[in-house]
Amino acid sequence: MLAMLLRRLFLGLVTVWIVSMIIFAGVEMLPGDSCTAFLEREAQGKLLENCREAQGLNRPAAERYFDWATSAARGDLGISANGEKSIAELVGDRLGNSLLLAACSLALGVPLAIFLGVVTGLWRDRPVDLAVSTLAIFAMTIPEFVSATVLILIFSVWLGWLPGIVLTSASAPASEFFPEIILPVLVLTMVMTAHILRMVRSSVIEVMVGDYIQMATLKGVPYWRIVFRHALPNALLPAINVVALTIAWLLGGVVVIEVVFNYPGLGRMMIDAISDRDLPVVQAIALIVATVYVCVNLSADILTMFANPRLRTLHMRRG
Amino acid sequence: MTVTSAPPQNTRLMRTLSVLRDVVSRPSGAIGLFLVVFHVVLALVSPWIVPYDYKAMNSAMMLTGPEATHWLGTDHLGRDVFTRVLLGGREALLVTGIATPIAVTWGGFVGILFGLIGGRIDEVLMRVVDAFLSLPWILKMLVLIVTFGTGVEVLIPTLAFFYGIPVIRIARAATHDVVARDFVSAARARGHSRMTIIRHELLPNVLDTLMVEGAMRWSWMLLAFSSLSFLGFGVSPPTPDWGLMIADARGFMSFAPWGVLGPVIALSSLIIGINLTADALAKALGIDRAQKAPV
Amino acid sequence: MTGPLIDIRDISVGFTGKSGATLPVLRNIDLKVNAGESIGIVGESGSGKSTLALAAMGYLKRGLRLMEGSVAFQGQDMFARTRTELEQIRGGELALIPQNSGQSLTPTLRIGAQLVEALRLHADVPEAQYSAKAIELLGQVRLPDPAAIMTRFPHELSGGQQQRAAIAMALAGEPTALLLDEPTTGLDVTTQAHILELLRDIARDRGMAMVYVSHDLGAIARVCDRVVVMYAGEVVLEGSTRQVLKTPIHPYARGLLASIPRLSDPRLPVALDGRPPAPGGAGQGCSFVDRCALAQDGCRTSRPDLERLPSGEAVRCFHYQEAHQLSLTGSGAIPASLDGASPSALHLDDLAISYRRPGLFDKVLGRDSAGVPTVNGIEITVAKGETLGLVGESGSGKSTILKAIAGLLPPSGGKITVAGGQALAPEVEHRSPDHLRKIQLIFQNPDDSLNPRQTIAQILEQPLKLYFGLTGDALHQRSADILDRVRLGAHYLDRLPSQLSGGEKQRVAIARAFAAEPDLVLCDEVTSALDVSVQAAVLDLLNDLKATQGTTYVFVSHDLAVVRALSDRVAVLYQGRLCELGPSADVYAMPSHPYTEVLLGAVLEPDPDTAPTLSADDVVELSPPAQGCPFQRRCPRKIGRICDTDTPPWQHGTQGHAIKCHHSIADLATAQAEGAAGQRA
Repeated sequence: MLAMLLRRLFLGLVTVWIVSMIIFAGVEMLPGDSCTAFLEREAQGKLLENCREAQGLNRPAAERYFDWATSAARGDLGISANGEKSIAELVGDRLGNSLLLAACSLALGVPLAIFLGVVTGLWRDRPVDLAVSTLAIFAMTIPEFVSATVLILIFSVWLGWLPGIVLTSASAPASEFFPEIILPVLVLTMVMTAHILRMVRSSVIEVMVGDYIQMATLKGVPYWRIVFRHALPNALLPAINVVALTIAWLLGGVVVIEVVFNYPGLGRMMIDAISDRDLPVVQAIALIVATVYVCVNLSADILTMFANPRLRTLHMRRG
Repeated sequence: MTVTSAPPQNTRLMRTLSVLRDVVSRPSGAIGLFLVVFHVVLALVSPWIVPYDYKAMNSAMMLTGPEATHWLGTDHLGRDVFTRVLLGGREALLVTGIATPIAVTWGGFVGILFGLIGGRIDEVLMRVVDAFLSLPWILKMLVLIVTFGTGVEVLIPTLAFFYGIPVIRIARAATHDVVARDFVSAARARGHSRMTIIRHELLPNVLDTLMVEGAMRWSWMLLAFSSLSFLGFGVSPPTPDWGLMIADARGFMSFAPWGVLGPVIALSSLIIGINLTADALAKALGIDRAQKAPV
Repeated sequence: MTGPLIDIRDISVGFTGKSGATLPVLRNIDLKVNAGESIGIVGESGSGKSTLALAAMGYLKRGLRLMEGSVAFQGQDMFARTRTELEQIRGGELALIPQNSGQSLTPTLRIGAQLVEALRLHADVPEAQYSAKAIELLGQVRLPDPAAIMTRFPHELSGGQQQRAAIAMALAGEPTALLLDEPTTGLDVTTQAHILELLRDIARDRGMAMVYVSHDLGAIARVCDRVVVMYAGEVVLEGSTRQVLKTPIHPYARGLLASIPRLSDPRLPVALDGRPPAPGGAGQGCSFVDRCALAQDGCRTSRPDLERLPSGEAVRCFHYQEAHQLSLTGSGAIPASLDGASPSALHLDDLAISYRRPGLFDKVLGRDSAGVPTVNGIEITVAKGETLGLVGESGSGKSTILKAIAGLLPPSGGKITVAGGQALAPEVEHRSPDHLRKIQLIFQNPDDSLNPRQTIAQILEQPLKLYFGLTGDALHQRSADILDRVRLGAHYLDRLPSQLSGGEKQRVAIARAFAAEPDLVLCDEVTSALDVSVQAAVLDLLNDLKATQGTTYVFVSHDLAVVRALSDRVAVLYQGRLCELGPSADVYAMPSHPYTEVLLGAVLEPDPDTAPTLSADDVVELSPPAQGCPFQRRCPRKIGRICDTDTPPWQHGTQGHAIKCHHSIADLATAQAEGAAGQRA
């Protein structure tokens, strides 16, 4: 068991390490560097040389990667190309805001998705299922910026109930984002709920036709007891990993949502940094997002390992 | 006895036909397929049927509402919205239509190959795939686009490359299921080469999964493409594109909402159509698409 | 209560087919089970026997529906009861023991929790005593250390233990009737025999009625008073166990019995050709008409009724009086045999195979991962044209050895040499084309060994193209010829495996192996996935091919009677080690090694007059002991410390018969004779 945990942890670290190389190599391969971007048209001759000298861009790539990676591991993400400001400082608030957005959507979306998934799975092919499943397809497939636009049109332009754009500054405390955060959370929740509920539904259906459910029925176990004691623990277990992957994937969608709602999160900062060619910031954000992704998956793995007796004892025996 | 009394002439064709029939017999498949075919046909013929020139501006008629001459009104530059909606999917369909098969082919091949080989190399490859997947698609796309521009010649290889990576994962998992089966062991024991095993034993059995996967990649690619346009990193004006049109019209949404609704409906119907078709196809082929993460 | 306990009247069950028509799975079934009576329901796959058993509980699988008739338990209609009433009865008065308990126990709940749940729902026990009662029940099903079992999850138990836990759960509600749906299928021979004895004892002690569903006539013979034979959703014969198994009066029952290989009979069993009609596929006449030797024109046009005879039997056949003309036992061919000393076709020299390979983490943590090899010290020579049977229970390493010979699993030690003394490369990738062609492997399950996406033609073309470079017409002609050799017509070439029956698929797999014109064919449980009547046909085919092609077989099976039918010599394996090796006739007539004795003693014959002898417990061992005799922990004739520490030597008997034991063959023969005498006394 411990060996298994260590193994997962090790693989996660390896992934982050590979990501850091990909990020570094990717940025390295791009034409231009942070000096050409900062100096813009004056990027030539002596000025460019000096800038590169100052930022240490003249050293070999391997050396610079090593420096960057080791200081990043210590939490020092370097300084941005233009502002001479510490990236860690710049990113701090933004990351917090993005996590706030994600946490609200998760808190709302996951329970809702599990509930709807179980309901549609148990009443499969009935009107409830057809209605919810059709809605899920819509929610899942329509691009975030489209649903965001439509929601703004309805709730903020026509009905005037909610603010359609976030005006709070990045460093404001979390409580000040209400009610501006409601629409972005709603959009993110919609997509997430749709994805997860489909997985839960199909997992419930698969489990409910299983041999042990038939056996429980023929043992005289009442229906709802079968559902809660025999079926759900087994149906939800495999969903954990897939849910984690889905959540991680949705991080990409967060970027668009942040832009649409002018939400001061990491995503919008990333778009700005890319437009400005502020490569150190892009590198830092990429590394942070990748680490979050790896962590989400890792926690799902560990959670499954603890919750699933089959895995638990298997590893205990081995380890 | 009756079950086997009618030997089919061409088994593969028969199967394709029966799958197609199954897809169409489902309401979701019928609607989905109709939407997809409708959009593709429209993209092919729209240049000849549009009522106006898509870039003809008219400063006298800016942001007018729907009327007899302009069915969906005009935009902030006085261009006919209906014309632009009809044309707005061409670039997206062209780029994704080419990039999807490339992505599925290369990702599928690599996934099958490494699924068959297994061992250490496979482990390393999966870490690299994981690493790529841990970066949000939008970041990967944007970095390349900002550097190399937004031309078709940049978008197609970029989308094909990045969207092939998750296909590796899917193809590898499907291959693992097949490799464990005895007919692959039988082929190995006979002494067939790796390529023969891939072509004859693995590919035919992984193909179903890859087809469904292809449909899903297509829809996500479209989503990415229009998201990029929406953010201003995709198609450059004045070329009409739904994502771009929505972005432009958003500013005038409070008094001219029709400018948003046209492209919103067009884009949504295409993506929903693809997904409905993919769902029906997956069901017809006996694959549970819902149990897979979108990654 | 006066009436029967379970009273099934004229029920028909069906489902809606793709065409929209209703296809029957059960047709007009009548069945009465009296209190304390034990009834066996026999039939091949698809005969509807499990559906019938579940219908007795008022339960139908999803998609099935009751078309007509009624099912009464204790006089009340099961299909008319409310959900709450059904929940009361199921698991209470009427309990089920399922087919694969491994999948029928909820994986996320501990055995204790599942047992207590059954007690809470059905038992008349105060809550405080639940766990004491549960432990008592686990003890009653003879599970060692019941308190420990309580805390286990289902996957932590062996197949036999899972089955016992399921039995304990069924007993929790003190049932008056027990339904058993293939309760021992998939278990090892010795485990099966132990479970059946347990069920017999329990049913007798508690006066329970049993409905025992099985395809295995041996198991039925052991536990049932009465037998119902089902075919294509109908009852075709009903009678006492003795009547049905000794003097069956339905042609199908006779064919079925004749197709079962017997330990006592060296002849091949007789195959029952054809296959049962699919649901809805039976015409107006008798459903067995296409396969019946007694069929006449009248059988095609009208369907016989189930006729009740004064003898207590019931039969659905117009010509049952003529059924006795049909042979009942193996009048099949005498297996082809080698004469004199032939050159060696295969030699295994001190073969050892380890499944585990040291991983990165094992190395880091400094674990000794090689451990005790799964298979060790295998030394066998197979003569040209000879058939060597490899028998053993699950985990005996018999299939592993075949994989090593085929090159799919490189051995960790020892050598494999073929005719001419050439050593084979361990990995298939490094073998010469000639060696590859000469050794062919046939797998257990044709559903898994035939690519579902290839037509039969494509499947057969693979070896023909690879080994002989055939193309075009020659290729097609050759494929057709090969199909003909396995008694399938050329019109099968265009079909997909899914359009063939199980037996036909296995023929294609055999055809594919023989297309290579091999010297040595490795058969890995090739009949285990097939129904008995089909199995006989496959055995017959393999025997024919051996006679005409002079092929050498290594034939692996867990079914001792099947091995008996085909093998010249037999090797008995336990935990990856050889126990006994010798001519089949000698080994079966005089099993010497204590393990062989236990194994053969546990075999159930479809004959109510025989009984298995259970001389060792059925504990499943997960890994072989590091030293000494592999059978040391279960051996009923263990000598002492020497068995734990020293690897037993070969003890030789006559005609190449040898065992690996610290006893000599003569000593063991004496001990067996004394044991038999002791039992008689």
